[in-house]
Amino acid sequence: MPEKKILLKHCGAIDPRNIQTYIDRGGFSAWRKARNQMTCEAVVAEIKDSGLRGRGGAGFPCGVKWELARNESADEKFLICNADEGEVGAFKDRHLLSHDPFTLIEGMAIAAYAIGVRRAFIYLRAEYHHLLENLKNALVQAEQHGFLADLTIEVHEGAGAYICGEESALMDSLEGKRGEARFRPPFPPSQGLWGKPTIINNVETLATIPHIIANGAAWFAQIGTEKSKGTKLFSISGDVANPGVYELVLGSSLKELVVDLAGAEKVKWVQVGGATGGIVPFSVIATPLAYETVLGSGAVMVFDETREVLDFVYRTVTFLAEESCGKCTPCREGTEAMLQIVERLARGDGQAEDIQALEELSETMMLSSLCGLGQAAAIPVLDTIRYFRNDYETRIKQAVFLRSLRHRF
Amino acid sequence: MNTMQNSDPAPAREFDDLLAKLKEAQRRYGYVSQEFMAETASSLQIPISEVYGVTTFYSFLSTRPLGRHVIRICKSIPCYLKHAEMIIDSVSHVIGIRPGETTSDGKFSFELTNCIGACDMAPAMLLNRQVHGHLTPEKIAEILSACK
Repeated sequence: MPEKKILLKHCGAIDPRNIQTYIDRGGFSAWRKARNQMTCEAVVAEIKDSGLRGRGGAGFPCGVKWELARNESADEKFLICNADEGEVGAFKDRHLLSHDPFTLIEGMAIAAYAIGVRRAFIYLRAEYHHLLENLKNALVQAEQHGFLADLTIEVHEGAGAYICGEESALMDSLEGKRGEARFRPPFPPSQGLWGKPTIINNVETLATIPHIIANGAAWFAQIGTEKSKGTKLFSISGDVANPGVYELVLGSSLKELVVDLAGAEKVKWVQVGGATGGIVPFSVIATPLAYETVLGSGAVMVFDETREVLDFVYRTVTFLAEESCGKCTPCREGTEAMLQIVERLARGDGQAEDIQALEELSETMMLSSLCGLGQAAAIPVLDTIRYFRNDYETRIKQAVFLRSLRHRF
Repeated sequence: MNTMQNSDPAPAREFDDLLAKLKEAQRRYGYVSQEFMAETASSLQIPISEVYGVTTFYSFLSTRPLGRHVIRICKSIPCYLKHAEMIIDSVSHVIGIRPGETTSDGKFSFELTNCIGACDMAPAMLLNRQVHGHLTPEKIAEILSACK
């Protein structure tokens, strides 16, 4: 399946600082169509029928989520655009925000109309401060053109914390607190920001909305696989000749992205979905990119044959231990315990029981952590044990041997 | 689960947004001082531990004074694969301090950071709030010498 430009179609073709260039290419016609020809319920139904699933990593059906919030009765409801793109290797939202902030704004205006929201937020990570002026400029222009007549969109800057990309932590941060994951239920569509019904969608999800409304659910639903509709943005980095953002029809093979488009050679493995993403060894690189297989946020990191598996695992677990919010014990203590084991393995001082210890620890963390960080932290560890067990065992054997020498002499 | 929810205090609204106050202090003074934390705690009528807890949670808030220019080298895997370690060494070489330190003249602070979303330009860094990518030791020397 080929590259297909839906989300990227305006990138490079419009001036992100001039809304007129977007309007000239049909911009805000979907918003007009939704407002003039469709009821709020019809818009929600259209998104539901399209099969669109969240593009931030979790993949929850977007229309189903909207319907939950739509059906809540409350004096106030909120919409939050999650622009806290902190996933390691992810920069597709940065690409959209820099080259086409208008499609996102149009998508937010349609979402707000459908759900019944008058106040929306864009939570922009602190590391993306360089995008702020462009984004604010786009919002001012959209307002001047009357596209935000009954909606205010405020940009709220983060302050540096990976976990704030997790939706419940994001809401705590927006409320001015430590960004810590919340216990669920209640889920955000019933009780979210300041206890009100709240919809949180990723930048890419919201930027897909205008295309669905303009072309119809049926058009969107015929692209992709049975459970993964539409196209997806991928940000690819690491050992490739052409790093960057690519848009592919869901179900396309990882090989097409990594080898054919990004020009990787002598691939050893690929991590798909960021720090907690799954590992795909070269032997199965034809794996389709879809919710059914591997996808996540679309961050793709490529490692060639010169790379050491344990060096990678050590760096990944270090990152997760640093970024665990600390609220729940399985994640706070689990990532640290995991790091201790992985660190000694990487250093060449591992013990025979270490692989089993990692597996047991992983089970506890996956089962009992409060949010996705702790639940998924074990994925790169378990996947590398599964595909590169030999790398682990060789390191351990060497360590045991070297220790025995130290005792002898 | 429900008891836990119910025991939470009523959700705060903007008028007592602690994080906004801390970000403002960081922007204005270059750090969040102990005095500022104490004043904020008493003006919002919350424990100082809560203010400290929020301040130290976020990597862009600092409890010690930062230099006029803050260098944040990305240490995450995509940059590491493109020799971020070499860039870290060259920054140290140019300004004479290690990560986590500030130069004695207060000109530079040197930090390492997790992924800044510039992996297509690896190795990359944030200098104050601007991104610089495709770094080399030569480029580091050039960029840092342009800082006033």
